[in-house]
Amino acid sequence: MSEELHDVQLRVNAGVQQIRVPARRLLSDALRHDCGLTGTHVGCEHGVCGACTVLVDGVPMRSCLMFAVSAEGAEITTVEGLTEADDSLSPVQQAFRECHGLQCGFCTPGFLTTISAGIETNPDPTEDDARDMIAGNLCRCTGYTNIVKSVLRAAEIQRERADGAESDDAAGRSRHDRQDVR
Amino acid sequence: MQAVWTYDDLTGPMAEPLPLLIPHPTLTHGRTQYALAKDEVNYVGEAVAFVVATDRYIAEDALDRIRVSYEPLPAVVGIDAARKAERLVHDDVPGNIAARSEQNTGDVEAALARSPHRLSLDWDIERSACMPMEGRGVVARWDPASSRLTVWTSTQTSTGVRGCVSAKLGIDLANVDVITPDVGGGFGVKINHPWPEELLVPLAAKTLGAPVKFTEDRREHFISSAHERAQQHHVEVGYDDDGRIIALDVRFWHDNGAYVPYGLIVPIVASTQLLGPYKPEVYRVVYDSLYTNTVIVTPYRGAGRPQGCFVMERTIDAIAKELGLDRVEVRQANFIQPDEFPYDQGIIFQDGRALEYDSGDYPALLEKLKVLIDWDGFPAYKAEMAAQGRKVGIGLACYVEGTGAGPYEGAHVHIETSGKVKVATGLTTQGQGHQTSFAQIVADTLGVRFEDVEITTGDTRKMPYAVGTFASRAAVMSGSAIHLAALRAKEKALRIAAEALEVDESDLEIADGVVSVKGTDASIDLGTVAVLSNPLRYAFDEASKRATQFSVGDPGKPPVAEDDEPGLEGKDFYSPSRSTFASGMHAAIVETDPDTAEITILQYAVVHDCGNVINPMIVEGQIHGGVAQGIGGALYERMAYDDSGQLLNASFMDFLMPFVTEIPAHIAIDHQETPSPLNPLGIKGAGEAGVIPASAVFAAAIEDAEGIPITAMPISPSELFELRLQHS
Repeated sequence: MSEELHDVQLRVNAGVQQIRVPARRLLSDALRHDCGLTGTHVGCEHGVCGACTVLVDGVPMRSCLMFAVSAEGAEITTVEGLTEADDSLSPVQQAFRECHGLQCGFCTPGFLTTISAGIETNPDPTEDDARDMIAGNLCRCTGYTNIVKSVLRAAEIQRERADGAESDDAAGRSRHDRQDVR
Repeated sequence: MQAVWTYDDLTGPMAEPLPLLIPHPTLTHGRTQYALAKDEVNYVGEAVAFVVATDRYIAEDALDRIRVSYEPLPAVVGIDAARKAERLVHDDVPGNIAARSEQNTGDVEAALARSPHRLSLDWDIERSACMPMEGRGVVARWDPASSRLTVWTSTQTSTGVRGCVSAKLGIDLANVDVITPDVGGGFGVKINHPWPEELLVPLAAKTLGAPVKFTEDRREHFISSAHERAQQHHVEVGYDDDGRIIALDVRFWHDNGAYVPYGLIVPIVASTQLLGPYKPEVYRVVYDSLYTNTVIVTPYRGAGRPQGCFVMERTIDAIAKELGLDRVEVRQANFIQPDEFPYDQGIIFQDGRALEYDSGDYPALLEKLKVLIDWDGFPAYKAEMAAQGRKVGIGLACYVEGTGAGPYEGAHVHIETSGKVKVATGLTTQGQGHQTSFAQIVADTLGVRFEDVEITTGDTRKMPYAVGTFASRAAVMSGSAIHLAALRAKEKALRIAAEALEVDESDLEIADGVVSVKGTDASIDLGTVAVLSNPLRYAFDEASKRATQFSVGDPGKPPVAEDDEPGLEGKDFYSPSRSTFASGMHAAIVETDPDTAEITILQYAVVHDCGNVINPMIVEGQIHGGVAQGIGGALYERMAYDDSGQLLNASFMDFLMPFVTEIPAHIAIDHQETPSPLNPLGIKGAGEAGVIPASAVFAAAIEDAEGIPITAMPISPSELFELRLQHS
C-alpha cells in the first residue's frame, strides 16, 4: 500500500522547512520527526494535556489536533523558537529557570509557548490572570505553584527588558543572571 | 513492515515468563506475564503481538489488521470479586490469593479484650495511577561489528533494565549499555522492569540490524502500564479513656492486578507504614494480595503509605469522635516521643530490615501545623461561616515515611585538569533536580564552584553499579555516595597539593577550586593538582607538559606509588543498615456546597521533616507536586472498570488529573529539620511525602464539614450528594 504524499512548506521559527508527508501526518509528528524539532512533546494526542502546544500565527494551538498539511502558510513557533536571537533565554524560559517552574520538563514546552503568547496579550497579569493563562495545560510534577510564579516573573522580566531596551541599556546587562541555588 | 511477532516467535529465555523482581517468602503464588501473551491474556492491555514498521502510522495500520480470536473467560474485577473467588484469575491460584501475610507485635486478641473501649471500622481506597506526562519509551541499537547493544529507555533503573536485557537476550552484560537521559516523570511506574518492549525492542534491533524505537501512547499507558492504591481494610481497635491505642488489629485486601512482577512491596509498605508516628501497644496486620483481571499494580508515589495513612488517621479521628476529644489531643497521646528514638516498631519493613525509626520530633511538628492552619481558631471560623449558611470543615493527618532504602548507591568523582568536576551516579532522574542537589553536595564537600560540577545519572557506561530511583532514596543514597566519593577525591587532592607546596595537609584548605595554604598566598589550582596526579610520558597540551616524566616526580621512586593510582578521582558507595524515616503532617480546610456538594479547598498546610535540607526550593517543589497528586487521588482520579475488565476512562478526558484550577492558590509550608544519624549528611528522603496524607486529610475535612462519616476515597461531589441522601 503506497500512500499519497504531499509537499508541504512549513514556516517554523522564522525558517522554512520543506517536507513531504501523507495527509494524515499530525503537525506534532511532522515537527518532531520530519523537522527534527523534538522540543514539542506529545503527552496525550487527544488535545487535553497541552504539552504539544505551539504558536500558529502567534496563537497557542494543540499541534496534535492539527494536520501538517493544514499548517502550510502559517507562521509556527515551537519551543525552540522562543529563545532570543542571540540564543539567550526568553523572559518565560528565564522565569521558569529562576522560579523552579519545571521538574521533569515534559509538559514545559507547552507551558512556555502558551505563556509566551499569554504575556504578549496581557503583559501585566494578576495572579488570577496567571492561573487562568495556564488552566488548559497539565503538569504532573509541580502542582502548578511555581508555574504560576513563573508567569508573574516572566511578565516582570519582559517589562524589565522592554524598559532596558527603551533606555538603550540592554547591551550592558548580564543575560545569564543565575540565581544562587545554594 | 519489518516484523510481526507473537509468542510463537520467541525462543529461549524470551519465551519464559518475565522476571518476578522481588520474591518474598509469603508470595506463594507469584505469577508474571510473558513478553507476548501465551495462550491466555489476563487483562485488557496485555501485549499480544509486536509489530515493527518503517514509521508509526504504518505500524498502527498493521495493528488494525491483526485479528485475535479470543475465547472469553469470566473476568474478576475489583476486590469484592477477587475475595469471593467464584472465578479465578489464574486457574492454579486458589482464592485468587497471591500472598497472605501476617505481622504482629504481640497478642492482639488479649489486648483488645483488656481495652476499655473498642471500635470496628472499614476503610476503602480506589485505584489511581502515576500517570507521568511522558509514557514509556525505548530505543535500541545493535552494532554487529562490536556485538554491542545500546538501549535508551525511560526507566527508573537503567542497571535493572541492563541486567534483564542481558539475561533475556543472552548478551554478555559487558556488551549491553543502558542509557537513561532525563525522564519525563516516573512517580513509580517506571521502576517496574522489564516492560515487554524493553526486551522486544532490543531483540528486534539485533534481529533486524537496524535501530528500533517504541513510544507508548496515552491509551497504551492507561491500559498496559501500572496502577496502584486499591485496598479494602477492616480495623478492630481498642483504646483507653485518653484515646491511647492499646490494640490495633488490621485486616486488609490488596488488589495486585493480573500479575505481580514487583512482588509485594505495596502491601508490605501499607501494612508497616500504617503505624505512622504512633505506638499502639499491640499491632497485628494480616493482608491478602489478590489477583484481578486488571492492569498490574506496582508502586505509585507513596507506595501503600497513602492507604496506610488513611486507615490509621481515620481510625484516630473515629476514636476522638467516640470519646469527644480534640483530634489533635488523641494524636499527641499516641505519638512516639522525641526521647524514644531509635524506636523499633517490632516488625519488618519493605527492605527486609527492622522497622526502626531513626529520629524525629512529632509533637513539635504537630504544634507547627496547628499554628500554620490556625487549628485552635477554626471552631470560631466554622461558626461564623455557618451563620452565613456555609459549610466548612477541617482535617489533619500525620505520616512517617521510610526513605532511602538500600541496598546501595555509588558515585564516581573525577576532577579534570581543567578544574571541572565530572560526577557519575547510577540511579536515574525524572525531574527531582538531582543535577542541582548533587552538584551542591560536590561543591560543598570538595570546595569547588557549583558551576564547575557536572552530574551524570542513569548511564551504565559511567556507573554500572546502581539500584534505582524509588522510595524517596536518591538524595539519601546517591547524595551520601557522592559526598563520600568527593571526600576521597579531596583527600587525594590535599595529599598531592601538600607534597607540591611542601606543607602539611592540615595547613591546606580548598575553596572555589583552589587549594591554598591557610593564612598565606601560596596556592595551587585543583586542575593543576589533577595534572600532577597523572604522571605522563606524552605531552599533548600545556597542562600535560607539566606532568611528563622529565618534569615531575622523584627519580628514585615509582611514578605511581604502590598503593596509589593515577588521576584525581574518588569513588565510593553508600550502603545503610536500614531506611531513614522522614515525617510530616498536613491539614486542610474545605468548603462543601450545600446544594451541589462541590468540594472547595480553602486552605492547605504542610509541615515536613526530611532531616537536613539540601535545597529548599527543590524540596518545596516536591511537596507542591505531591500535594497536587494527593488532591487528584482524593477528589478526582479513579480507574473506572466495567465488569468485563474494560477500562472505561482511559484518556485524559475521562481520568481527571488536576489542572491548576483544582489546586489551591497557596499551600502553606513549614519545615522542621531533625537530622538522620544514619548517613553523613543527616538527610532523609522528600520525594513522595507530599502525596501521602491527602486522602486522609480530605476525608477528615469533608466529614467535619458534613457530619457524615467518610469511609471511602476518592470522593466526588455526586458521591457526597448520595451520602447526604443516605444520612438525611
